[in-house]
Amino acid sequence: MSYQWNWGVFLQPSAAGDDTYLGWMLAGLKMTVMLSLSAWLLALLLGALVGVLRTVPNKWLSGLASAYVELFRNIPLLVQLFIWYFVLPELLPEAWGNAFKQSNPVFQMFSASVLCLGLFTSARVAEQVRAGINSLPRGQKNAGLALGFTLAQTYRYVMLPMAFRLVVPPLTSEFLNVFKNSAVCSTIGLLELAAQGRQLVDYTAQPYESFIAVTLAYIALNLIVMALMKRLEERVRVPGYMGGK
Amino acid sequence: MYEFDWSSIPGALPFLWEGMKISLEITASAVVVGIVWGTLLAMMRLSSIKALSLFAAGYVNLFRAVPLVMVLLWFFLVVPKFIEQLFNIPPGADLRLSSAIIGFALFESAYYSEIIRAGIQSVPKGQMAACSALGMTYGQAMRLVILPQAFRNMVPLLLTQAIILFQDTSLVYVSALADFFGAAYKVGDRDGRLVELLLFAGAVYFVICFSVSQWVRRLQKKYQPA
Repeated sequence: MSYQWNWGVFLQPSAAGDDTYLGWMLAGLKMTVMLSLSAWLLALLLGALVGVLRTVPNKWLSGLASAYVELFRNIPLLVQLFIWYFVLPELLPEAWGNAFKQSNPVFQMFSASVLCLGLFTSARVAEQVRAGINSLPRGQKNAGLALGFTLAQTYRYVMLPMAFRLVVPPLTSEFLNVFKNSAVCSTIGLLELAAQGRQLVDYTAQPYESFIAVTLAYIALNLIVMALMKRLEERVRVPGYMGGK
Repeated sequence: MYEFDWSSIPGALPFLWEGMKISLEITASAVVVGIVWGTLLAMMRLSSIKALSLFAAGYVNLFRAVPLVMVLLWFFLVVPKFIEQLFNIPPGADLRLSSAIIGFALFESAYYSEIIRAGIQSVPKGQMAACSALGMTYGQAMRLVILPQAFRNMVPLLLTQAIILFQDTSLVYVSALADFFGAAYKVGDRDGRLVELLLFAGAVYFVICFSVSQWVRRLQKKYQPA
């Protein structure tokens, strides 16, 4: 074994000459964070909506919501990504499809990735929101209705304020998953952290340093997200519940 | 409007089936190794020997913090070279399938060990005490009393994890290994029919995963009357 370790490689100017290899990695990290946060926002909005719909008495609405969840949960993320990126622009009306295909390639990859990751995660968020709503005592909904609230008001003023607080701890792991799943988007050429890692191996010929650095960056992201979510969990904890004060 | 042309699929079915066999092979091997190694990790984690439980906790947390794509890239780009040099295997031998299986197994065992740990902990404490009182060793108690009950409770969760693993096998795409998805992509690329092949692949994954998950749901109801 005669491997030449060289951690200084990150400070060398990159092949393109305009940046260091460390700069490449940071650019990838930035892309991963932007992609994950955008997708997470989309997932929270859609997931909350679909999760609520799964619990409403209307058979059509709850059926539609559960079809949504099953669809996104039973197709691999990679296949979904390729469908958004390669298939959707073909199926759109021609003018839209062409406009998309002529736009900036980074915009194309980024928007397909956000859409894919956001919808994929929203199905999982919806399951957690549904579980949160179902975990409320039945009496709360009945009491709301008995007081003359409409169903919508009962959700708005009685059930959702509780359910959204209860659902925060289980959402932590979904939030972590968004960051991990974002690495899949390297397959369509988006230069996020994993893709930069691959590129570093090709350009620097220092595979160990490159991959160790990228792996550590993912672990750091993971730890930061966990720390932030822990603080949020403490703030929204409901007294009297498991983990409550 | 786009005009669909599904004609390249029937002729490609044997090739796609070859790919499906690779996907299933990776899934099956990773499930078996993952459960065995995951059980050992769970027992280490619950062990009273500090070094073992620290090792297991570190292993599980490490693999759960890193994206699967990253783990696979390690196993495709870095580990094979290392092994070639270590064992003097001639370079160029195709280690991709074995690398994929090992990568998946090591990664999934971290997730399996968490399921199994929860399963072991769901068995009432008195059972272990009863075994000790009857004079059983720790190994006997685990093998004959605790694990059989734990696994019975865990069957639905283990199967659900297997469905996730089956979906994740599509990620071997990063090594250009022709699993089912890779085969579908290749055919679509060759015939200029990527749209049809990708939709077909999505439909096949959906049918398989949806039917298995419905079956798991029925199983769950049968074993655990609410």
